[in-house]
Amino acid sequence: MKNLTIKAFVTGAVLALGTAGSATAAECIAPANPGGGWDFTCRQIGKIMFDIGAVDKPIQVTNMAGAGGGLAYNHVVNERGDDADLIVAASSATSTRLAQNAYAGMTADRVRFVGAIGADPGVIVVSADSPFKSLGDLVDAIKADPGSVAFAGGSAVGGFDHLKPLMILQRAGFTDITKVKYIGLDGGADAITQTVGGFTQAMTGDMSEIVGFLKAGEVRALAVLTDERVPGFEQIPTAKEQGFDVVAVNWRGLYVPKDVSDDTFNMWADRLQKVADSDEWKTAMAANGLAPFTKVGGDFQSYVDGLVAEINQLSKDIGVIQ
Amino acid sequence: MDILANLSLGFSIALSPYTLMLAVIGCFLGTIIGALPGLGPSNGVAILIPLTFTLGLDATSALVLMTSVYYGAMYGGRISSILLNIPGDEPALMTTLDGYPMAKQGRAGDALVLSGVASFVGAFLATIGLMLLAPMLARVAYLFGPAEYFALYLLAFCTLGGMASNNQAKSAIASCLGLGIAMIGVDNNSGLPRLTGGNLHLMDGIDFLVAIVGLFAIAEVFFFIENHGKGSAIGVKLDKVTIPWKDIMETKWTMLRASLVGFVAGILPGAGASLGSFLAYMSEKSIAGKDSGFGTGAAKGIAAPEAGNNAAAGGALVPMLTLGVPGSGTTAVLLALLMTLNITPGPTLFTDRPEVVWGLIASLMIANFVLLLMNVPMVKIFVRVLQVPAWVLLPGVTMISFVGIYSLSGSYFDLILMVGFGALGYVLRKLDIPTVPVILGILLGGHMEDALRRAMVLSDGDATFLFSSPISIGLWIAAILGFVAPMFLRGILRKPQRVTD
Repeated sequence: MKNLTIKAFVTGAVLALGTAGSATAAECIAPANPGGGWDFTCRQIGKIMFDIGAVDKPIQVTNMAGAGGGLAYNHVVNERGDDADLIVAASSATSTRLAQNAYAGMTADRVRFVGAIGADPGVIVVSADSPFKSLGDLVDAIKADPGSVAFAGGSAVGGFDHLKPLMILQRAGFTDITKVKYIGLDGGADAITQTVGGFTQAMTGDMSEIVGFLKAGEVRALAVLTDERVPGFEQIPTAKEQGFDVVAVNWRGLYVPKDVSDDTFNMWADRLQKVADSDEWKTAMAANGLAPFTKVGGDFQSYVDGLVAEINQLSKDIGVIQ
Repeated sequence: MDILANLSLGFSIALSPYTLMLAVIGCFLGTIIGALPGLGPSNGVAILIPLTFTLGLDATSALVLMTSVYYGAMYGGRISSILLNIPGDEPALMTTLDGYPMAKQGRAGDALVLSGVASFVGAFLATIGLMLLAPMLARVAYLFGPAEYFALYLLAFCTLGGMASNNQAKSAIASCLGLGIAMIGVDNNSGLPRLTGGNLHLMDGIDFLVAIVGLFAIAEVFFFIENHGKGSAIGVKLDKVTIPWKDIMETKWTMLRASLVGFVAGILPGAGASLGSFLAYMSEKSIAGKDSGFGTGAAKGIAAPEAGNNAAAGGALVPMLTLGVPGSGTTAVLLALLMTLNITPGPTLFTDRPEVVWGLIASLMIANFVLLLMNVPMVKIFVRVLQVPAWVLLPGVTMISFVGIYSLSGSYFDLILMVGFGALGYVLRKLDIPTVPVILGILLGGHMEDALRRAMVLSDGDATFLFSSPISIGLWIAAILGFVAPMFLRGILRKPQRVTD
């Protein structure tokens, strides 16, 4: 294993020499401004990789905000196609936008998805004083009068947060999905504030966004969108056990340029696995409401491919794309 | 006495020779970052976050360093506003209106000291407010929905009519231009791109720092070239630096009121420091009335926005710590820092992690005092900048602007855009159209539109929803008064002529 890493390292260094002209520290592009999930992924994974000795130099984090990650995606595809020292933070939002053709025609096969090590489970929450006690209550209310419930979420219309309740409603046999009200705010916390304030009736987001509010008793989580209940949040029922077969998690992972060698790809997968196994990462996950979700290497690539196909179909069904 | 006990807990964590040293370094770096056009508090803090990792700082030290940089940048933004008429960052925009005219009268030192003191008062009061009221004030955010935010932004735009310009129509054109620019990018409520021409770089809209640096700094260069270096706006007269006690005493109530306005604006997650300084300036202007000389270098016109924006910076920490909602770009970065330190802000932070909260408050206090002590003597150093010949200074500032803007997204597209804004600024100034409303349009227009669109989604397009709560009705009344009053009073109040240069 160690040999492979060293070999990969050398390959990587040689490749970098060939392309960039110098073997510098690896770079992690966070395709957003500091403060968001991608920034967290880069900084946390980069820090832990260095701390546990998976890389010998601290990983440089570059913030490249623009077009919801599209700018960084284009940059990687067009200009850094074979840069072995480059990793890019990705999440469900990346696959959602690729599936919706929102990266100016770029498709998901233009990069290689190296792995995800942790996922933020999707949640549907209401304020503590809401009349809705279960996901069924909420769905019934929408079926009776679609205008009576408005969702708030941290992504724009058509984004992953928006798709979550639509997926649930679709499974529940509600087809008039365009009638569902949704407002996109500047982040999950903002969306909760609007929901607690009573301006919207429910919030759709990620577990990490609601942890503080949940502990303070300001909100009630109606459902978590995972296969099993999330460790540490056992009191929250899954949508599945309430009869809505929806699994939607916001995975946190990385992609690398398409034309790197298989050795490089495996090297990054291996490093990512090491981070996933580290205690530091477990602490970071616990503190940020992430649930374990480790898929690396080829396994993850096929997972992303499946996800892109599914979201593409769903987006067509609900009319977000043609 | 809980607060005193908590505070001593905070100081016991944050006060040591080592952290004091970090505070001094942070304040110094922050002041420089704030003063350099194009490098605002948010990218300044973002650039320095990796430093805390490489230095291997623990959570408290990292917090002290970063809050010092944060407050330092809020102080520093005023320096280039006053000396060069180029806002160092977006909240310092309003300081150009009176700060620069005062510097032109040879009172650059006075303006810097006065604004430094105002910054201190604003930041100090906001920190006290944060300390005493944060858990309670967090509830305020729950009262503001889309309709209320819309009315709040409307209020800001309605008072634009009274903005320092002798021609209301030109002011209106300028703000419409800003609103139009704010429309560029992906529309939040349909997910479709607008006015981007298919260009990926425009999908997220135009960063206001690009617009500010273009409209102010680059346009200045064009004027400089046109005049062959003569008669440039750069190059204010310089007298001895003394502490202007008289101005400070005269503006004490202004500082208090502006701090309050700024603090409230800061608490509202959607508003932030720019709105804080703007509302502080406009409210002081209307209180001061006709003979105040606002826009011509009035002491109150400097004290108000500086107290306002620093108070807003403190206020923005309230929703950040208690709700995890960043009230401004910079608090978003601080939020990220907290999260990388494995601290998740939220309603329980004050009870779960008192050492973090009170350590942070103590470090804010420390940073604030360090900044006051540092800024008064440092004024002498900063005004030396003015003795640098304009033909050296301007290209230097321009170069730094380019580097700063490039650091935003790492793309040359922003640089081209910035030069484009420079050309726009040149044309606008030739036509005597003020550029400040353009920036305000960009800064606030996007938020205002989002609020309106959200309100319309929630209410199924029913316009009465906009007047559905006491808060929104109150804001509407204030907005209408702010818009109408200057029209009726114009005959009575003769507006002071703006120094147009």
